[in-house]
Parts: sequence; structure tokens; C-alpha cells
Amino acid sequence: MSEQRPGLSRRELMRGGAVAVAGAASLVSSQSTEAAPTGGERFEALTRVHIEINGIAHQLEVEPRVSLLDLLRERLQLTGTKKGCNRGECGACTVHMDDRRVNACLVLAAAADGRRIKTIEGLAGEGGLHPVQQAFIDHDAFQCGFCTCGQIMSAIGCIAEGHTGSNDEIREWMSGNICRCSAYPQIAAAVAAAAKETL
Amino acid sequence: MRNFSYVQARSRAEAVELAGLPDTMVLAGGTELLNWMRIGIAEPARVLDITRIQGMEGVEALPQGGVRIGALTKLNDAAQHPLIRENYPVLSQAILKSASAQIRNLATVGGNPLQRVRCPYFRADEPTPCNKRVPGSGCAALHGMNEKHAIFGWTDACVAVHPADPPVALAALDAVYITEGGGGRRIPARSFNVLPGEDPSTHSVLRRGEIITAIEIGPAARRSAYLKIRERESYEYATVSAAVALDLDGDMINRARIALGSVAMRPWRLDATEHALVGKRLGSSDIATSIDISFREARPLSSNAYKIKLARNAALRAIELAARAS
Repeated sequence: MSEQRPGLSRRELMRGGAVAVAGAASLVSSQSTEAAPTGGERFEALTRVHIEINGIAHQLEVEPRVSLLDLLRERLQLTGTKKGCNRGECGACTVHMDDRRVNACLVLAAAADGRRIKTIEGLAGEGGLHPVQQAFIDHDAFQCGFCTCGQIMSAIGCIAEGHTGSNDEIREWMSGNICRCSAYPQIAAAVAAAAKETL
Repeated sequence: MRNFSYVQARSRAEAVELAGLPDTMVLAGGTELLNWMRIGIAEPARVLDITRIQGMEGVEALPQGGVRIGALTKLNDAAQHPLIRENYPVLSQAILKSASAQIRNLATVGGNPLQRVRCPYFRADEPTPCNKRVPGSGCAALHGMNEKHAIFGWTDACVAVHPADPPVALAALDAVYITEGGGGRRIPARSFNVLPGEDPSTHSVLRRGEIITAIEIGPAARRSAYLKIRERESYEYATVSAAVALDLDGDMINRARIALGSVAMRPWRLDATEHALVGKRLGSSDIATSIDISFREARPLSSNAYKIKLARNAALRAIELAARAS
């Protein structure tokens, strides 16, 4: 991850190295006062992000290429969010960003600066499981379980958006979550039941 | 993924200035760019995040009629906005048949037409001949896997199709992409993408440092519909699609606008058919006869002759769907 490739300017290379020693605070403050004749100086090789995750404020420095998914799993050990395809095709990494369901693999951590993130770890409260978590258990809505965290995060979004009017509507609006065990009938039943309970 | 440096633009002026820097790519929804960088299709040294620019999101009615959609409007928000849902059903349907609910919460209407082809050779992890990936390297799809490829406007240099659905509806609606940078332009949606006969290595006419800021559509087109044919019912690219907008006088066609998707490197307007349909009656055999005129120039590849009949019938059915829309 620390490998430096050609194409970065010498300045950016030096800045990247300096940050490792001195930290990024001086980098950020020097940015605003510096003249930027070409504009290239505004780009940062390390980015400081403020992200609220499951109600906890985090302040982190990240390489711009780090995805929100990798930040959650590798930096914060929030491994409930799964890495399936890492291409936005399977939905296993679904989280909520500012209350909307998104694929965490398609969001740069840097671009999530200032956003509120909720993951599967943030669902259960003192009163026990979230109603959608309970509905998945009650309806046996999984086999291997790998897609389940993403399914549940997506289902909460689907219910909040009001797309649970029929089984067909649930299947359409849950289609971004692939289940290779093909537990789709049980998943749709769990979403329908949870929708009745939470709406 | 090769590392890059990153910044969030604070204004449109700054975005245009920074987007013109060498080896710089613009980030909006990110649903394509992140994958390009993973596969190696793009390896920018700088990524310019334009999502924090104010005033580029939302749908508004234009005083002279029509509507303007800010380029950063999320696909789901555009499709479900009352002005779009009621006045341009063809666009609302095309958007909601795109991708998944999660992706539509990220992807933007301005970024969507900048999708690149889904040709397996273009997207390959290992290098294969592809003039869009490496200009001059050839086209592996011409005699390879081309079941989903073009039936109109292809050359030996590239047989890929543009995969996006919303631009097909926008082309049928005569929408215009508004850009800033390099003076700014109004680019018709129907000619935004580049056919291989013009340049097989390019996807669109957008220039370095030029950014789409909005999309404008003319008067309401309530009698309109989008038909998407695909191998599974949801979350799949089109095999073919058809966008139709009709002006009717009773059951007589005053004007028909028809664009086909996933048949060429850009949304394919059926100009000759549209001309022939004027004055024709819905339900008459004239409709199919008029469609057939535009299909005289259709040319199959080794494995996709079925798409000619499929696209022709999709156009026919989409006209019926649009006629029934209110």
C-alpha cells in the first residue's frame, strides 16, 4: 500500500514521505496559505477524513485510493461488512451513508469525509436485535450467511424507501444483493414481514 | 489500484480549472471510476472529487417549459422526482431499470453517459486486443464473443455498444448536456457518444477540462415509454432497449421519436422510421413497415443476428407501450 508509482509529481512524493514523519496537520494548514499557480498543489497524497461510523466520530488519515469498504474492514475491524466482488455487483458490502444504502466498495473513504455511516454492527440496540435482523432469523433468510449483512442493510433501506408494496417490488428493489445460496424467497418474506412491523 | 492524489473542488470554476490538469480524472458517483482504476482501464495521477460543489444537484422546471436536471443529481432522485416521473416516464423508467438501488443512490445523471463499454475484451484483466483499451491494438470482439455487440454503426475497429439506459431515453427526448470548461457547450444527447467510424478509441465528445453541469429536456413527453430486454429481469445490462416518445392526434401519429439502446456505440435514433410514421395510425401494419425502413442498415456480427429481430420487435412494442401511457 505504501508503494509509490511514477506519475506522482516529485512534490507529491516528498509530501507523502514528509507526512509519514511529521503527520498531516502541518500539511493541511500549509495548504490554505500556499499559492497554487497551477492548482496541482491542491491535490493531496494523504487525505484527512472525518467520518461518523455507528454514532462514533472518527478522524483518520487515508491514502486516497482506500475504499470505504477497506477502511471499515482493515482499519476499523468492522468486518461485518463483507467484501464479495469488490466491483459493486454483489451488494455484500451494503452500508448506509447519510441514511441511504450504498455499496461501500464503490465509495472512496476520502469521498466519505463528513458523512454518517451505519454498518451492520450499528444496528442492534439495548433492546436487542433490529427488527430486520430478527425477521431474517424468523424467516430462515440465509444459508451460508455471507451476503446476509448486506441483505439486511439493503432491506432496511428498501423498507424506509417504501418499496415493499408487493413481493415483486421487494424482489426488484432488493436485486442489488446477490445470494448464491438462492435464499431469495425467504429474504423477500423477511423483508415483507419486517416492513409490516416497522412501518 | 495505483495510488493517486485527491482533492474536493469547491466551485465549478475551480473544478474546470483543476480538471484540465494532465492525468486528472473527475469523480462524481464513482461507480465506474473506482472499477476502472481497479481493472487498470484508468490510472490517473489525480482524482478531482466534484461532489461537494453546491448548486449542481436537483430537478427544476424551466421557465420556457421543459426541465433541467443538475449533473450531480443521483439517479434514484431524478427518476422519482415528480417532474420526471409524470412528464417524462420514458426517462424515469430507463433510470429505474438501470443498475441496482444501491448504485442508483451513488451514480449521477451527469456521470451516467460517461460509462464505458461493457465489452469483455475492454474490461479484461489480462491484455487482449481492444482499440478502446489500447488504440491500434485491434478488436478481439469482431470475430470473438460478440453476442451482445452492435448491429448498427460498427466498424472492424470496434463493435462495442454503449451500455447505459438513461442516455437512450435522453436521446429520444432530444435532451442536451450542458457543459462548462473550454467555453462550455450544449451537446445533444443523441450525438454525445462517438461512433467507431469517427474514432474507435473514444467514448464521448467530452474534452479534457470539460465538465457536464446539467441536462436539459424540452416539453413534457407523457406518452413515452422505455422497454428493456435483458437476460434476467433486474440488475442486468440491456440486450436491446427501446425508448419512444409520441405526439398523437387520436390514434394518428403526429410525431414519433424512437431511440434504441445497446445496438450501437451510441443511442440509435430511427430517423427514417420517425419520418415515415408521421400520419400513420396506431395498430396499423404501417407501424411495422415504418420500423423496417431503419433496419435496412442493420448488419449482424458473427454471433448476434438475433439482435436485429429483437431490436425491431422491441421498437414495435415500445411504440404500443408509449401509446398507452398517459
